[in-house]
Parts: sequence; C-alpha cells; structure tokens
Amino acid sequence: MLSEEDVRHIAKLARIALSDEDVSKFAKRLSVVLDYMDILNECDVSEVEGTNQVTGLENVCDKDEVVKSQSSPEELLACSELPVDSNQIRVLPAIK
Amino acid sequence: MNLNELNIREAHQGLKSKDFSAEELLDSCLGAVKEKDGELNSMITVCDESAREQAKKVDNKIAQGDDIAPLAGIPCAVKDLFNTKGVKSTCASPILKDFVPPYDATAIERLRAEDMVMIGKSNLDEFACGASTEHSCFGVTKNPFDMERVAGGSSGGSAAALAAGMCTYSLGTDTGGSIRQPASFCGVYGMKVTYGRVSRSGVTSMASSWDTIGSFGRSPEDIAYVLQAMAGKDLRDSTMPDVAVPDYMSFIGKDVKGMKIGLPKEYFGKGVEKETADIVRAEVLKLEKAGCEIVEVELPTTKYAVAVYYVTMPAELSANLERFDGVRYGAKPDKVEDLVEYYYEARGRGFGDEVKRRIMVGTYVLSAGYYDAYYKKAQKVRTLIINDFKRVFEEVDALIAPVSPFTAWKIGEFGDDPMKEYMADALTIPSSAAGLAALACPAGLSSGGLPIGLQIITPQFEEGRCLQLAGVLGA
Repeated sequence: MLSEEDVRHIAKLARIALSDEDVSKFAKRLSVVLDYMDILNECDVSEVEGTNQVTGLENVCDKDEVVKSQSSPEELLACSELPVDSNQIRVLPAIK
Repeated sequence: MNLNELNIREAHQGLKSKDFSAEELLDSCLGAVKEKDGELNSMITVCDESAREQAKKVDNKIAQGDDIAPLAGIPCAVKDLFNTKGVKSTCASPILKDFVPPYDATAIERLRAEDMVMIGKSNLDEFACGASTEHSCFGVTKNPFDMERVAGGSSGGSAAALAAGMCTYSLGTDTGGSIRQPASFCGVYGMKVTYGRVSRSGVTSMASSWDTIGSFGRSPEDIAYVLQAMAGKDLRDSTMPDVAVPDYMSFIGKDVKGMKIGLPKEYFGKGVEKETADIVRAEVLKLEKAGCEIVEVELPTTKYAVAVYYVTMPAELSANLERFDGVRYGAKPDKVEDLVEYYYEARGRGFGDEVKRRIMVGTYVLSAGYYDAYYKKAQKVRTLIINDFKRVFEEVDALIAPVSPFTAWKIGEFGDDPMKEYMADALTIPSSAAGLAALACPAGLSSGGLPIGLQIITPQFEEGRCLQLAGVLGA
C-alpha cells in the first residue's frame, strides 16, 4: 500500500501538482494497480532476456542527409500560445 | 440503401459510375452527424468545410474523366490522436484542446494522396488511456446499440461514428486493444496491424513499443483498401522493418481449405462470458465447413499479460508525455515562483485523472529501487508471452478468440475500480505484447442485443491471412 507521502514523492518526480484530495484518492487507486502487478512474481524469469523491441530491429541508422522538414520553424513556434522572442518561446513570468 | 451505409467498394463504384457525387456521399454522412451526434458524442471536430472542398475536388476529377483512387471521395473519421495539418488535434486532453498541428501524420499524408475526405476528428480516451472513451475531456462517447453503454475505447469515437453511419471508414490506434475492443462493442471490423506495419509518425505516442495504427470498416475489403494505402516503410518511423507490402485484396476470397486454426483455451475460460464464448465457437464452425482444421491450443502466460502491459505501458507513456510541460502546448500558469512550479501547475491542470494515474504508475516503476522489480521483470515476462505465441504458431496458421471477455458495459458502471476496466483488454493485450496482426470481426449479438466480436490473430506481417479468414467468416 502506497502512503500519501509516497504519492507526493511520485507526483513530484512526475512534475504533477496534486490537491490533498487527489493525494488520498490516488494513494488508493495506485495501490490497487500496483498490488495487481504482484502476479508477475509467479513467473520464473531468471533465464529470460527482456523484450524491448518486438520485430528484432537493432541500431537503425539513416543516411546522413539533410531532409526538408514538414513544417517551418515559424509554424512550430506558432504552436505555442506563449510569446516568441529571438526564435524561442518565452515562459512568463518564471524566466524573465 | 442510404449512401452513408455503403462500404468502400460500393461507394467507389457509385462515384465512378456517377450514380452519386462525392459531395452527396459527404452530405449523407454529415446528415447522420447532425441527426445523431448530439447524443452519441463520437466526434470532437467536424470538418464540414474542408471535407466539402476535398469532395468537390474528387467530383471535378470524375467530371473530367480522370481515374480516381479507391479511397478518393470516401468520408473518413480520424481518431483525434492523429496530427492533421490545420485541423485541431486534441488527444481529448485539456493540455492540447486548442492545438493545431502544422503537419500531417504519415498515415494521413498517404490517405490524402488518395484524395481522402476527412469528415472530422473522433473522440477517444485522453491520450488513448482507457478502454471506454469515458476518459475524454470532451465527455463520453455512447454506444449506437445502447445509449446507456460505452462504445469501448480508446478509439471509441471512430467505432461509434462508423456504426452510426457518420463515415464510410475510420482510423484508430491499437496499443493494447484500442481498435479491436471498440470494434467489437460497436459491431464493425477493426484491424490491429503488426507492430511497424504502418508508420506511427505524427500520431501522438502512448506506449512506443506497443502502438499501432489501423482502421475500422464495414467489411474485410474495407480494411484491405485502407491498409494498402497506409502500410509500408516510412523514413520518419525508424521502428519499421523493411517488409514488402502484399496485395491485401488478393487474400479476400482465397481458399482456406487445409488451414489449421487454434482456439486458445484460456480465451474461452474463466472471466469470459459464456454467451460470448459460445457465439465465437459457433462462428468458427463456418471455417470448419470451409475445410479448416480446428484444434484447441494453450497459451498459459495469457493471465500475466495485463500486468505486463500495465507496467510497461505507463512507463513508456510517462516518458512520452514528458514533452507536455505547458511551454509548447497547453495551459499557461501564471503566478508561479519558478520553472519547476510552472511544470507542476501546467501538468496538474492539463491532464485528466486517468492520465495522471498512468504517468504516476510509470514514474514509480521506473524509479530507483523499483526498476528491476517491476519494469525489468515485466519486460522479461513479455518475452515469455512472445515465446508462447511462437510455440503455437509452429502448430497452427491462425488463432481465433473473443475480442473482449464481456459486452459493452454501462457508462460509469466501473466507477472507482481501475482494474475492472483494465481487464476489458485481457484478451487483446497478449497479441499486442508480441506485436502480432489481429483483426476484430463482428460475430453476432448477445441476447441483450449488444454486438460480440471475435479476433483472428496471426504471426507478424500476416495481415493478409487475417483478411483471408475474415472473408470466409463474413460471407
């Protein structure tokens, strides 16, 4: 069972603000989910390699060629509602 | 028959022989949207103007006597997880609710090359996190067969829109069952392709080692048309093996005599409604009549798949959603002290509960001290699941099983217990874990009048075999 302190710690790592009410709600829900994962301990995997990729690809490299992007830098900057300054997005007021 | 109920081949032939125009076909679908979507809530954005322009373009081509592609002028609804140039792409999340991407996903680009008519963007669980479309910031999508029930998820809007005649085909994504399960709940076909068969580029990632792009249709042929247009290597997705794309249509109508079909006993056992199991078994008899050999097989690691998924998927999701920090997209908190607090607030406000829950599970299983116990362990058990499938595919050509252990549930029925909803994908997750191809097909109706679906599961890159068998079942 996760404590409320655990939940606050995870939320901090995940950069998510939670209200006190959220913390107690999430402690219960996350515990239910994590308790269920104990079923994996039934499996003997001491001799088994983990799977990261299911079709067997390794080290995929492209040719070192400049390819035209689908979008212009201006279009990408325009995706943010924040002000653009010197071709960068300016976060206000945290960074002035 | 109404134009909005035609399948792709019928619509294409009608357009070519000038029985009706692309604009009339579009109007018929828009009429269904107007009539039904107020209640059904399957669409987030309806693109009536741009769709009309696309339809007119096709009508002009036909008038000039130009040849048109099979999908030209055919109305399609697109899950709002796909980025579509100039059209809001929200992922059903508060953090992206006003986001307009400057480019198209590769899958969309390829369909546009065939003159697709995109009627709109369909509803989903936020960032595809859910099995019911109840977790959308735009509200739940209802099931066209029973308005008190869910349409399934996460691609619930695409399935419901097709079933209700708002489009001729639709697009979705399937990570752990998100195409197959809503297809099954809404009585349509839904293809989960092999991992890497269709480019994921431009479709917002959920769990990168699981995500696949596919379609919903009214027949196996509809699936074949759309897959033909979308499949194949794309340099923007480096996880695609270079495997030749066959002529998918050639598989439909092909003889199935002598094929060996496995029924995995775990998929018909505990936790699976008897009526569902019986209806799927009855359908399989059609294949026996057509000359297939039917055998029972065992996949003993089936029961671990949900746990494997709900460790590795949140881990990958939490990494993928790190980019949503309120700078490029989403809420703009003010009155914060520093950048870290800015992130807390932007993400705290920008994500719904189910997404937060999964990000936190993912963060936990990847954190120091838990990485080996959860994440690494789950990846190893994933290998056992893959080995199980490899073993049975030495014996059989395909597997047939129910898609979902139960039919569509009532909206809100699962309340505060996340595990109940997670179990809805218990029969679709294992094949996703192994990156296999699987096609959901309508199998019949329950005594309560709700659709029941079966899935045909084949080895990787054998989508054609799914279509071949589906052609016999659907005939």
